[in-house]
Amino acid sequence: MESSDYLFQTFIYLAAAVVSVPIAKRLGLGSVLGYLLAGVIIGPHVFGFIGAASGNVMNVAQFGVVMMLFLVGLELRPNVLWRLRGPIFGSGTLQVGLTALVCAVVALCFHLAIGPAIAVGLILSGSSTAIAVQSLAEKGWLTTKGGQTSVAVLLFQDLAVIPILAVLPLLGAAHPATTTAPHSATWFQALLVLGTVSAIIIGGRFLVSPVFHLLALTRLHEIITAAALLLVVGIALAMQLIGLSPALGTFLAGVVLAESEYRHELEADIEPFKGLLLGLFFVSVGASIDLSLIQSQPILMCSLVIGLLLIKAAVLYAIGKISRLENSQNFTFSLALAQGSEFAFVLVAFAVNNRVFDQGLGDRLIAVVALSMVAAPFLFTINELWIQPRFSSRLRQRQPDEIDEINPVIVAGVGRYGAVIARLLNSQNIKTTVLDFDPEQVDLIRKIGFKVFYGDATRHEMLAAAGAAQAKLLLIAIDDVEGSLGLVQLAQKHFPNLNLLVRAKDREHAYRLIKLGVRNIFRETLESSLEMSVEALRLLGFGAYRAYRAAHTFKEYDEETVRVLAEYYGTDEKDFLGRVRKRVQTLDELFESERAVSPGPDSAWERPKAAEKPEEKGKGDN
Amino acid sequence: MSKTARRLLLLFAHPAVHKSRVNHLLVSYVQSLPGVTVNDLYEAYPRFLINVAREQALLLEHDVIIFQHPFYWYSSPAILKQWQDLVLEFGFAYGKNGTRLHGKLFLTAISTGGPSSAYQRSGSNYFTIRELLAPFEQTARLCGMTYLPPFVVPGVLWMDDEHELASYASTYRRALEALRDNTLDVSEIMKLDTLNQAMALLPAS
Repeated sequence: MESSDYLFQTFIYLAAAVVSVPIAKRLGLGSVLGYLLAGVIIGPHVFGFIGAASGNVMNVAQFGVVMMLFLVGLELRPNVLWRLRGPIFGSGTLQVGLTALVCAVVALCFHLAIGPAIAVGLILSGSSTAIAVQSLAEKGWLTTKGGQTSVAVLLFQDLAVIPILAVLPLLGAAHPATTTAPHSATWFQALLVLGTVSAIIIGGRFLVSPVFHLLALTRLHEIITAAALLLVVGIALAMQLIGLSPALGTFLAGVVLAESEYRHELEADIEPFKGLLLGLFFVSVGASIDLSLIQSQPILMCSLVIGLLLIKAAVLYAIGKISRLENSQNFTFSLALAQGSEFAFVLVAFAVNNRVFDQGLGDRLIAVVALSMVAAPFLFTINELWIQPRFSSRLRQRQPDEIDEINPVIVAGVGRYGAVIARLLNSQNIKTTVLDFDPEQVDLIRKIGFKVFYGDATRHEMLAAAGAAQAKLLLIAIDDVEGSLGLVQLAQKHFPNLNLLVRAKDREHAYRLIKLGVRNIFRETLESSLEMSVEALRLLGFGAYRAYRAAHTFKEYDEETVRVLAEYYGTDEKDFLGRVRKRVQTLDELFESERAVSPGPDSAWERPKAAEKPEEKGKGDN
Repeated sequence: MSKTARRLLLLFAHPAVHKSRVNHLLVSYVQSLPGVTVNDLYEAYPRFLINVAREQALLLEHDVIIFQHPFYWYSSPAILKQWQDLVLEFGFAYGKNGTRLHGKLFLTAISTGGPSSAYQRSGSNYFTIRELLAPFEQTARLCGMTYLPPFVVPGVLWMDDEHELASYASTYRRALEALRDNTLDVSEIMKLDTLNQAMALLPAS
């Protein structure tokens, strides 16, 4: 019966994740919220599929956090970590200290004794590494300044758990008789910690690569995966034995291995386990939320959660200001870390066991922290959809430059695509008016010595100011598809004198440009992939001219295909796909004929199959 | 007549070497000869962007300039015309001070589809090969080069005999060796219709 029970549990967890995560993703809320909601649904308060056992599951699932920190470490090279030492100890200390202080003061207002109030403050000071890092990574913000500061603070919080665990028992209303360890043991402990950490660093540097090299020789991929897991589990175990946070140890190992040649191998091996375990972790957090508590005191619980988020965000924002984070980055930073920490669950249990406060307060704390975790994805979404756009639009509110010259050519967009055009035209002494609305890019290109105007070319006034009425050509090299299409329509409507040359992101963009009647369309990757295929053919023994002709015959055909298919684009999808297939078939035939000795496009360059009378042919050959 | 070795520059033009039987074979017979530089124009300039400075430098480094190509429409494949238009510059190859090519030998080596009999008044091509090569001959003259009778592989459309092809190729090799080693009297060769015939003048080796 036991095994079927395990299977049932596994089935429930997996099914909940598979159903709810895609829905949450689809709604733009990120996977974390999906997992949390799945947990609530299968948890004891809704369907009750999983009950008391979820505590054990959470213990296993916590290992996902350990793996995640290993992966975060792999992304951070030692010199980057060294650069973060300021934020880790500066911002980290400030964050934990200030948050704990403010929360403790609030707790005092709820008539808690000073000891338990400090305990509550310390418990609430942490943030969820799992949620913050997962969401930052999902949005691609992990490498931004705000993201890096977040990681730094999270690392410090991980460090801080150890002293907090040591201090908690002392904060009880009634002092238990637990005595602290004797001094000699502390000495020994310090040595042990030092030894283990050096072993991780030295082992990571000098042992891992040769061992993995040996394992790679077996050509058994699962052995390498096993070794990667063994590495992480082993380090976590060692850290636990000496009483340090396993997550911290694996993080350190990750950093040491960030420069090893097996970095990508390790990453690929650990990633799926981390993903599944983290998911499991979030599900069990969701399941642990006591809905009845919320039902009985909805207003109190909600205000506690909102209060917690506000306090934490405000403290973080102040710290962001102190460490001179840019405003937009500061919002990412303070909203990313506003939720409570998964360590809070552990700390609460520990505090209750040590009779620092009673079970009732403990339950409430767990519910508040869990709810703050549920709120976290929404904070991310708010940041992404509401706050960040304001900053980018504020950036764009830099006044457009005065344009003091009228040139025959206007180039819109001077990123990696437009810059080449501007340079080539410049080399031929063609006067161009170059516009871009990325202030950094404009300043950069100016530094190189080119004249670029800052402004949004897709706006009518800007285009008019750039001399669109007098210019001959408008080269649209911006990489935003909708912006490009809008600019085309604007130019067609107000400046029909302009000859349009438009960069197309992909075929779809090309179809839409053709539909708008644009003649000169340049698919941005086409030439580069043709060049690469030409070189491939040459390396396979084709003559240069033959390879060149093959690629350009292909290009002609492909461009014709795009034109033909554009007519059907946006009509009936089935019909469209049918035509695409048919077209590809003809292409096959074309190249089949090219492969056959005759007749191909080069048939003039070979001996006719059936040569007639000798005198007929004036054209000498072969 | 001095016996110092000449350096030969073979400008080769065939747009589809992978389909070629004759020209490919001819090149393969001579490309490893010491003193012979093969310059495959379609290989070097698939986009027709001829590097004029490089080509002029090559010309100056050699004593015998050879155009080898199929005789397309009584002339050369397109790239060789492009080469002439760009490389034989005023002031370099002709005109005022354009004497850099003076004194070099110039040879055309062609394959023709029709047999020799087609290149006469009664044949379908009406003109003789020498007459049809007049633009090349005059180009050489204007550049101050000595125009040698052409090396011709005629009738290649119907030439299926591998031995015959190979014999043309080895004749070609012997002709280039003779030009390189200066074992033929140029004034004697000049009296001939084709360079092929000059092989009879060579001392038996």
